[in-house]
Amino acid sequence: MHNDTIVALATPSGSGAIAVIRLSGNNAITIVDSHFKSVTNKKSLAKQKTHTIHLGHIVDDGRTLDEVLISIFKNPNSYTGEDVVEVSCHGSAYIQQEIIQLFLRNGCRMATAGEFTLRAFLNGKLDLSQAEAVADLISSDNEASHKIAIQQMRGGFSSEIAKLREELLNFASLIELELDFAEEDVEFADRTQFKELVDRITFVLKRLIDSFAVGNVIKNGIPVAIVGEPNVGKSTLLNALLNEDRAIVSEIAGTTRDTIEDEISIGGIGFRFIDTAGIRDTKDVVESIGIKKTFEKIDQSQVVIYLFDAQKNIDQLESVRIEIEKIRNKHPQKPLLVIANKIDTLDDIQLAEVNKSIADVLLLSAKTGFGVEQLTNSLLNLINTGSLRNDETIVTNSRHYDALLKAFEEIQKVKHGLETRLSGDLLAIDIRQALYHFGEITGEITTDDLLGNIFANFCIGK
Amino acid sequence: MLCAPKRITTSLGISVYKLFNVYLQNFCLELILFHVEQFNQERMFSDVYDVIVVGAGHAGSEAAAAAANMGSKTLLITMNLQNIAQMSCNPAMGGIAKGQIVREIDALGGYSGIVSDTSAIQFKMLNKSKGPAMWSPRVQSDRMRFAEDWRLLLEKTPNLDFYQEMVSGLLLESDKIVGVKTSLGIEVKAKSVVLTNGTFLNGLIHIGDKNFGGGRAGERAATGITEELMEIGFDSGRMKTGTPPRVDGRSLDYSKMIEQPGDKDPEKFSYLDITKPLTEQRSCHMTYTSPEVHDLLREGFDRSPMFNGRIKSVGPRYCPSIEDKINRFADKDRHQLFVEPEGWNTVEVYVNGFSTSLPEDVQFTALKSVVGFENVKFFRPGYAIEYDYFPPTQLKHTLETKLVDGLFFAGQINGTTGYEEAASQGLMAGINASLKVQEKDPFTLKRDEAYIGVLIDDLITKGTEEPYRMFTSRAEYRTLLRQDNADFRLTPKGYNLGLASEKRLERMEEKQKKSDAFVQFFRETSVKPEEANPVLESKNSAPVKQQDKMFRLFARPNITIDDVRKFKAVDQYIEENNLDPEVIEQTEIQVKYAGYIEKEKNNADKLNRLENLKIPKGFDYSRLKSMSMEARQKLAEIQPVTISQASRISGVSPNDISVLLVYLGR
Repeated sequence: MHNDTIVALATPSGSGAIAVIRLSGNNAITIVDSHFKSVTNKKSLAKQKTHTIHLGHIVDDGRTLDEVLISIFKNPNSYTGEDVVEVSCHGSAYIQQEIIQLFLRNGCRMATAGEFTLRAFLNGKLDLSQAEAVADLISSDNEASHKIAIQQMRGGFSSEIAKLREELLNFASLIELELDFAEEDVEFADRTQFKELVDRITFVLKRLIDSFAVGNVIKNGIPVAIVGEPNVGKSTLLNALLNEDRAIVSEIAGTTRDTIEDEISIGGIGFRFIDTAGIRDTKDVVESIGIKKTFEKIDQSQVVIYLFDAQKNIDQLESVRIEIEKIRNKHPQKPLLVIANKIDTLDDIQLAEVNKSIADVLLLSAKTGFGVEQLTNSLLNLINTGSLRNDETIVTNSRHYDALLKAFEEIQKVKHGLETRLSGDLLAIDIRQALYHFGEITGEITTDDLLGNIFANFCIGK
Repeated sequence: MLCAPKRITTSLGISVYKLFNVYLQNFCLELILFHVEQFNQERMFSDVYDVIVVGAGHAGSEAAAAAANMGSKTLLITMNLQNIAQMSCNPAMGGIAKGQIVREIDALGGYSGIVSDTSAIQFKMLNKSKGPAMWSPRVQSDRMRFAEDWRLLLEKTPNLDFYQEMVSGLLLESDKIVGVKTSLGIEVKAKSVVLTNGTFLNGLIHIGDKNFGGGRAGERAATGITEELMEIGFDSGRMKTGTPPRVDGRSLDYSKMIEQPGDKDPEKFSYLDITKPLTEQRSCHMTYTSPEVHDLLREGFDRSPMFNGRIKSVGPRYCPSIEDKINRFADKDRHQLFVEPEGWNTVEVYVNGFSTSLPEDVQFTALKSVVGFENVKFFRPGYAIEYDYFPPTQLKHTLETKLVDGLFFAGQINGTTGYEEAASQGLMAGINASLKVQEKDPFTLKRDEAYIGVLIDDLITKGTEEPYRMFTSRAEYRTLLRQDNADFRLTPKGYNLGLASEKRLERMEEKQKKSDAFVQFFRETSVKPEEANPVLESKNSAPVKQQDKMFRLFARPNITIDDVRKFKAVDQYIEENNLDPEVIEQTEIQVKYAGYIEKEKNNADKLNRLENLKIPKGFDYSRLKSMSMEARQKLAEIQPVTISQASRISGVSPNDISVLLVYLGR
């Protein structure tokens, strides 16, 4: 059993205003207590109630390290289910290290990655899906993924599977009834009704499986490819989007030399903007490689933004239109936003010209900020009108996703079996497998369930 | 008492007393020695048996036969030697899932299959329209011949002694069994004991509002053992089962019933050729109850021990009494009744489906209203019986009790119901008692190896709240556990145990070799469109454009062995290799269901990976706070050996298993 006490920095490493050092285990309170001097110098932490906060100093052999706030959580009412102490100290890396080192010298051990959550799981504070959701929660960096993780933590989505499983279980019971009580006067399972049920299950499974793609996108950010010539104003546009929301998350180097990805949170949803070169026809070998890459990037994206310099192209709007057509033809299903940038440099006649030549064009000036709000709204609309709605169940856990895929596969076999009038015992193999995969999400299916169901509902036995 | 001297007060005083005392002591010693000597000379059971089997029903008979055949000096003790291998309930062996068990017993070298064949009056392969895993052999038996054939087989078994007496106690040395004590006070020493008490432990028979002690109608109950076992620390419970009335066949009008004949081409249970399929069969008949019958039965409900609270114990849900069926399924206006002859010659008839503990007059009046039963004469009324059982979670997979070394339980004492379930446990207990005495490794069967493995694992791991009966749906991998391949699965094991004969092994190997070769023939041999297409078209199967391997055509749905036999090469092969129907059937199954069999094998392999994850002995579950209290208690009680077994315990969730896996460092 985990009797030892673990310690780790709970806030991100590096300097900040404050940092939180967390201890968990049997001796968490005593270890901190022996190096804590309350402001009144009279307090013993061990005697304090759970869920209380105490001001004082961490003292090492007479030397005061820092002024701190101590939060006490006594078992079992803590995150890990053990005694937990959180030391809020000042955020300098030096102070953090000094305090942690002090605890390590006095009976603590450095926590391994995820060990607090592991203990919470082992102490029954979280179930497996919840523990996984915590991991997601920690790494979630936008509102939508946060929401899903929270929903998952409350066990939201397994109830939908539980419902399906129950219906399938009834189905399975009927089949088993036919098999084990064939000698008797039992009603045979109505195959047409089964087919309907299987179709319904197929539909729901498909929706859940598809939601994984959305869920995954939300977790990792929605990839948006920006197609445009160099100097078309991509960075300015990204900066404008940033100003709108003031929340750049990260800037990571693209997977290829010529792409840069920027992750920006808009309206609580993460977007990953992928820079690409243009697709203008060229005979230049290097550039034609670039075009090929652009299309690859478009492939990987959920949304495409076609950005052009309105001023520079005012006389070549026809070739712009052809390029847009080219993208549309290649990816007819992909949402495409066409943006004319630098419209602050155009006069009214030129604006009308752009509007006339290019259908559904969004007029924008990254420099003045005109049209940026319309762009963010368009982006959010694309997402909201898609399969992501607040009340819908979304699958983000890859273990669940895997189980759903396998269940789907088995259900297709059941469907096929029904169509070819496969005998019940062979049909049952696939049904059981599907039930097993549902069980991976909701809880165990045992054959007892089948029998219990049979006995509860049917008159059998000589 | 004899030797306790009174104080003699004479003038000699103490010295006389002393002398006398010495004399008396010597005298006493001699007397004792004399008696012991004489007792030794007359003692019936001076030797120590390897195995004592208590009870000679289906479990006890198989246990005794297995132990004796494996070379153990065995004693079979039963309350009545006239009643060896009685069919206390219906005169039939096998059925869905049960028939597979009988085949398994036979494949291992037990006797149930042989006796079922020799005493059969009708054979049916049930579920023949479904996949081969569902094919289930069943026979109607001649009840008297069944018991007689069993007894004669046992009498021919070497190393086996018989004795008629009630065992009323166990001889223990600390936590080890050393023998049994009978109601006459005789002590018989043994290295191991198998208890197969059936429904006899404190058996209580109910008919209407009357009840009396008894183990079966007309036989007394056994007392003493439950109490002694509970004193040692065993938990016991109470179960209930029932049986229908037996009537005079001469009083029935069969012309008003539906005849149910046996199969046209009857098969048989035993893989050995010492038994033959039936050439002549007797029919059963079927009739129905009616709303009128239900009303008549309902009139007796206030005197039913089921409904007035007299019977408190649990009966099997799948073998309900007629009053239970009417009560629970009020909307059903008729129930099937099967009229089964009890033998070749007797006129006694068993009314299957009319199990009841209602008062005998209610039984009679109601049954008279059933079509065909208007003039019915009763031989024996139906009754319910309550008896003690011991929750089987107190056993190891060998059926040895966890509490007492060398003590094994088999049959209804473990909460099961059914002859086949009992017989298979008896066989396994007999084998393991024998192995234990011979200091050899225990013998167990896995869930993907045999229904017997499923049965015992279910009992040990899940326990049972109601009489446990086998169903095919209890097996995860029933496609592997077929009646046609029990010999492949188990005969080599039985042979290694010294139980299955060399002849058995040879027959099995021959069948395997021939069917493998025949399958290979289908894989290698092609057929031309002009020969194939007429056959395919006659079965609405798409014709072929060019020549194709026979295997592929044979594997198509709707195409059977009879169809492919129309190909010249096939018929020729069968003739040249002199293939018997068993080999042909085996080949057909292996060709037509190869995909499913392979799939189930893969699934079973997955299970076996968890089967290999052992849990250390005496693992302390109370430390695992993250587990539900229920899971911790169940795990501590059952002490599963592997993660896989742990996952099958009811009340243990996948979450609990992941906690366990994390703790075991997986």
